[in-house]
Amino acid sequence: MTAPQHSPHAHDGGSVGRVMAQVMLALTPVTLWGFYLFGWPAIWMWLITVGSAMLFELACLRLGGGGRATLGDGSAALAGWLLALTLPPWSPWWIAVIGSFVAICIAKHAYGGLGQNPFNPAMVARVALLISFPLEMTQWVAPAPMFSGLGPDPVAALERLLFSTPIPDALTSATLLGQVKAEASRGVDLLASLPALGAGVSDGVGHHAGSLGETGSWLILGGGLFLVYRGVIGWLVPVALVTGLAVPAAIAHAIDPAHHLSALHQVFAGAALLGAVFIATDPVSSPASAVGKLIYGLAIGFLTWVIRSFAGFPEGLAFAVLLMNACVPIIDRFTRPRIYGHGATAGRGA
Amino acid sequence: MGFRDLMDEVKLRWGVHPAGHKALTSECAIECMPLPERLTLPLAQHIGAPARPVVTPGQRVLRGQLLAEAVGAVSSPVHAPSSGRIVDIGDYPVAHPSGLTAAAIVLKPDGLDEAVDFADCDDPHGLEPAEIARRVAAGGVVGLGGATFPAAVKLGLGRRNPVQTLLLNGGECEPYLTCDDRTMRERPEAVIDGARLMARALGAEAIVIGIERNKPAAMVAMQSAAAAHPEISVRGLPARYPMGSEKQLVHFLTAVEVPAGGLSAEVGVVVHNVGTAAEISRVLRTGEPLTHRAVTVSGAAIARPTNLRVAIGTAVSAVIAHCGGVRRDVARYVMGGPMMGMLLPGTEVPVVKGSSGVLALVADEAGGGEASPCIRCTRCAGVCPIGLLPFEMAARIRAGKSEAAVDIGLKDCIGCGSCAYTCPAKIPLSHYFSFAKGSLAAAERARLKNESIGKLTAARSARLEREAQEKAEAAARRKAEREAAKRDAARAVAAEAAAGRPQDSQVSA
Repeated sequence: MTAPQHSPHAHDGGSVGRVMAQVMLALTPVTLWGFYLFGWPAIWMWLITVGSAMLFELACLRLGGGGRATLGDGSAALAGWLLALTLPPWSPWWIAVIGSFVAICIAKHAYGGLGQNPFNPAMVARVALLISFPLEMTQWVAPAPMFSGLGPDPVAALERLLFSTPIPDALTSATLLGQVKAEASRGVDLLASLPALGAGVSDGVGHHAGSLGETGSWLILGGGLFLVYRGVIGWLVPVALVTGLAVPAAIAHAIDPAHHLSALHQVFAGAALLGAVFIATDPVSSPASAVGKLIYGLAIGFLTWVIRSFAGFPEGLAFAVLLMNACVPIIDRFTRPRIYGHGATAGRGA
Repeated sequence: MGFRDLMDEVKLRWGVHPAGHKALTSECAIECMPLPERLTLPLAQHIGAPARPVVTPGQRVLRGQLLAEAVGAVSSPVHAPSSGRIVDIGDYPVAHPSGLTAAAIVLKPDGLDEAVDFADCDDPHGLEPAEIARRVAAGGVVGLGGATFPAAVKLGLGRRNPVQTLLLNGGECEPYLTCDDRTMRERPEAVIDGARLMARALGAEAIVIGIERNKPAAMVAMQSAAAAHPEISVRGLPARYPMGSEKQLVHFLTAVEVPAGGLSAEVGVVVHNVGTAAEISRVLRTGEPLTHRAVTVSGAAIARPTNLRVAIGTAVSAVIAHCGGVRRDVARYVMGGPMMGMLLPGTEVPVVKGSSGVLALVADEAGGGEASPCIRCTRCAGVCPIGLLPFEMAARIRAGKSEAAVDIGLKDCIGCGSCAYTCPAKIPLSHYFSFAKGSLAAAERARLKNESIGKLTAARSARLEREAQEKAEAAARRKAEREAAKRDAARAVAAEAAAGRPQDSQVSA
């Protein structure tokens, strides 16, 4: 006989590796779409981010005394993948590597590894990069789809990545949120500038400048529906986040359309949907109860809108996620679900 | 999936849907297994005080004869399943995960199967409620669903709380098990009869029989058997685990929550298992005590899975051998269902009153594997029928803070195992909870012991002090008396002298 085993003597067959694999599967369409839109530099950047994340994971596990190998469960690869999707598609190699280092070694393993990190590793890395390298982190390119001849071939793309060649002027672009901020600071109101800026954004297809994986809105939503259907994520956080962003945006837009983007633009621009579906739903750094998830999602959405509208940065999702990550323990503390037989309804008809 | 199932699916926010594996045995009628070579009858086959043997080794006993009597209010007697000789009374392996032994009576059947004279009863419905409970107690009937709480104690609850409803649990939500399903299909009249007797003992007006909708044949059989009795209703339950848990069943069928730490009787409901009902009918009508039970023998490793009526005390090995033995490598032998059943240390343990199943599981079925860190996916919280946060409780217990786990509901945990079943990190959550409950209970016992030692010590020192004081007082009293006597004597001498014996004093002077 083996060592004593407590019941249950059955299992539904799920595993952490399967959870991670399903998230990766859900990310695949939007990632491939990003590869198509932004070409070979984006593919190399993605490979370097994911690869270095796995190497850092391996190094941390070795340093930590071998411990339990969480390399095989895919959590490090997923963290790197998510980070890559939030980076400018033509980022140089060292942005990718430093980002992976921050995500894996600092945000994850310094806190004790898988399941122990209070902050979302990809968001910590993104914010660290944005604050440290503001220039490189805002070097956006217009989509230069594969096979269109606009982007570099694989070898040229790798060279560009390794030697940080400047992006040709013809391809540099700005994100909608960045341009809105810039125009607003120049005193141009949105009514004049938006028709030119927002056109490519509101259809959700993704033919506009942005991070590698944030522009294909419909593909992100499809991935989210798949994950909800598979029970990997709940619908509550994504819906709450979008609501928290869209409702104040709609109100502000109705009052002052010259200075506030519409709800549709807010939701389809920047990392809002990517964050709602793949970042804020990270179980490790989000609250446990349904009420907690609702508060958390709404607050991230609202904070994102506040930062986008009133702060110095054009995009605020990463900051909003980190701020709310910090609030998770206190949200959990005050939103524990009611226990059967306790409280008002115990002993009476429900 | 019908409309009602869909509604329940939306309404109920707990539970899991483990693979049922019921088709292995659901069409196997309960067959009688022949008597084995020996019967090992543990003295504690129920919750409560172990029974006390009333036979001696070497003695010949008859079928139905009392072997061990109940001790105290919560206990249950043990009877002989057949005639034969008592071989030994001693410690034998029982179903315990750590392979511990327990006191048991070993009976070697002589094959004659001679019985004592049973006092049968043609009209048990004419008996007084207290008499029904008394006969159920004397018959050694315990909860056959696996809880093994003495049935008569639960029938007596009607005297303390007004009980309106008797719920009969035909959920059988554990995978593999079909013995309740078969009992309802094969002996629906006995189940109904037993239920009516129990309702009479409890003073309950209504009987509700809950059956999971994955047992349509049992449903039909019970409905037609209950048709003649307007006070009985048969209700379909959604097939989900742990629907058969008392708290969930009461809430689903009556929309009332059992208060934490309380009994369902406090809200006017008592729950019994359908198998218990059928057995109570038999015990009361024939006068024969509980000595056999229906057991599902199943699992992918069993050559011929089936349902058996087994003499209590039969070794698991004999049961499995009767079913053709095992045909694949067995990863785990389990007594009961896979969700809450007990891992067997070996197959030389006896079937007891609470054994609803004997399972031989292969590795694919048994689950398990190396646990990895919790990723807080909160699936455990999503499936918990009580609304607990299992991952949080386990984290606290892991940190050695079992009391902190109690603060967030450890004592409300019903141990159903849904959390561990669904945990992708394969964390043995139920194991943590059993461990913490056990260590807290041990700490509580130690505290009570220390308290009573303290009390006794204090009483002793108080007594010693009192005795010393009494001694001192007595000594003082005696001294005072002596002195008083001396003074009296001196006074008497003086008085005598004053009265005219001056010469003496002169002499002395």
